[in-house]
Amino acid sequence: MNIIKFLDEFTTEKLQAPMSSRREMFGQLGNISKKAAMLAVPFGLATAGNKAQAQEVGDVPAIFNLALTLEYLEAEFYMKALESGVLSSNAKARAIYEQISQHEDAHVAFLKQALGSAAIDKPTFDFTAGGNFDPFMEDTSTSVDTAYTQLLILAQAFEDTGVRAYKGQAANLIGQGNLLTAALQIHSVEARHASEIRRLRGLEGWITRNITGIPDLGVQAANEGVALVYEGEQNTTQGGIDVTTLGSGNPFSLDASTQAYDEPMNGETASTIASLFIVS
Amino acid sequence: MGKKKSIDATAQSVARNRRNFLKVSGLALAGTGLLLASCDNDDDGMKQLGGVFDLGSGDTGVLNYAFALEQLEAAFYTNVLDGSYWAGANAEEKAILEDLYNHEVNHRDWFKAAIDAIVTNSSQRLPANLEFDFSSVDFSSRISVLQTAQALEDTGVGAYNGAGIYIKTPAYLTLAGKIVSVEARHAAAIRSLINGDSDFKAFAGDDIVTEDTGLDVAYTPAKVFENAGPFIKTPFTYSDPMGS
Repeated sequence: MNIIKFLDEFTTEKLQAPMSSRREMFGQLGNISKKAAMLAVPFGLATAGNKAQAQEVGDVPAIFNLALTLEYLEAEFYMKALESGVLSSNAKARAIYEQISQHEDAHVAFLKQALGSAAIDKPTFDFTAGGNFDPFMEDTSTSVDTAYTQLLILAQAFEDTGVRAYKGQAANLIGQGNLLTAALQIHSVEARHASEIRRLRGLEGWITRNITGIPDLGVQAANEGVALVYEGEQNTTQGGIDVTTLGSGNPFSLDASTQAYDEPMNGETASTIASLFIVS
Repeated sequence: MGKKKSIDATAQSVARNRRNFLKVSGLALAGTGLLLASCDNDDDGMKQLGGVFDLGSGDTGVLNYAFALEQLEAAFYTNVLDGSYWAGANAEEKAILEDLYNHEVNHRDWFKAAIDAIVTNSSQRLPANLEFDFSSVDFSSRISVLQTAQALEDTGVGAYNGAGIYIKTPAYLTLAGKIVSVEARHAAAIRSLINGDSDFKAFAGDDIVTEDTGLDVAYTPAKVFENAGPFIKTPFTYSDPMGS
């Protein structure tokens, strides 16, 4: 399926509508591929018959294809970053990118295997976002410092988006057994990455309010994209409880109360952010 | 859960705990009063050992389980901020550990409030005053504090990841997700502080993120109690997380 078409479909309400039975789930899987549903069985859908499955489940292939889109983006980004030479004189940044690159490659392989023939093809990415950035120093007039700054900003935005996007889909995977656990295991790895990249940039590893920590990029679309990555992180109401009112002192300050909880992002927002870097 | 297994951590796994935990932190351990019972669902129906509190099943069980771990973390960082290492630490380490204290105290108090609101039967709410034993930690020692912090944060990540499948209510799974990623951010920061220039990949090292799958740890309650049990003095059980 064409990536843009997929992302468009992802933003429809269909995905948010839970399905109530195993039969209905497989009926909806047919929208993507019945065969894929069977291929996915070894990775957890086989548990669909047991008692825990009486509850509602989401559209697993669509959820995993959104995840795969983000992982494709990250995997190609880190691979190109390492190939670009921008990090060649920075042993610390290079080692960090190598470690993250290895994980993102593994996530792509894992999700492709889980999705089988339902897996979308890798999109064509443009990390210059239409010529606004040059993180890989493809233009000789770009300095290493500029490219390095952009490499770190993009990595931070991708990782913090990844954390939020997986979190936003977790509840749609209730009842999916190992698939849910795997999604959670990827989610926390993205959070480890995000923390390290943020700290490499001189920020804290956690997000305060909806502060981006990213300077004005001089391009409105890019600034809006960055704002979207962090919009909603200022939330202080958790499960109906305003955590700033739980007690007094520093642990309940606005800053600490927003740092202590990462916020989910819906599929539509994650798609919008990814689309900024997708050509076709 | 497993079949007809009843694990008494006090009797059976302290030696193993000691070995495993020493590997992680290089610290000596105190004894533990924690019991972990796993009962056969359709046989003896035993939910408690000797009247000890049982965390429960499903959403209630996970809320109590997480509350226990957040109480442990909050108590640990409270001790850290009272200790001489923190008082004399450099600005970066001081700030990070204070943030971790703030976050964990916030998490702890949120679970207290959430459990009071959600678990209608008050006898099923984990007490808010669990007792801990940190005699194995030297709060004047940088490495003792940081290695214990790493062990607790990594254990927290693995605990939440492993407990996701026990949660029945979507909103609670999202809430657990909001917290676990912050624990993972903590773990990465502490790992990078400990390893410094000697291992730039430690924030998500191959010892904690499986190399060929890129997956983080996901621990069973038994594994979590193996790691954290030595610090927990108040006994409790988690006999049937999934629920019958």
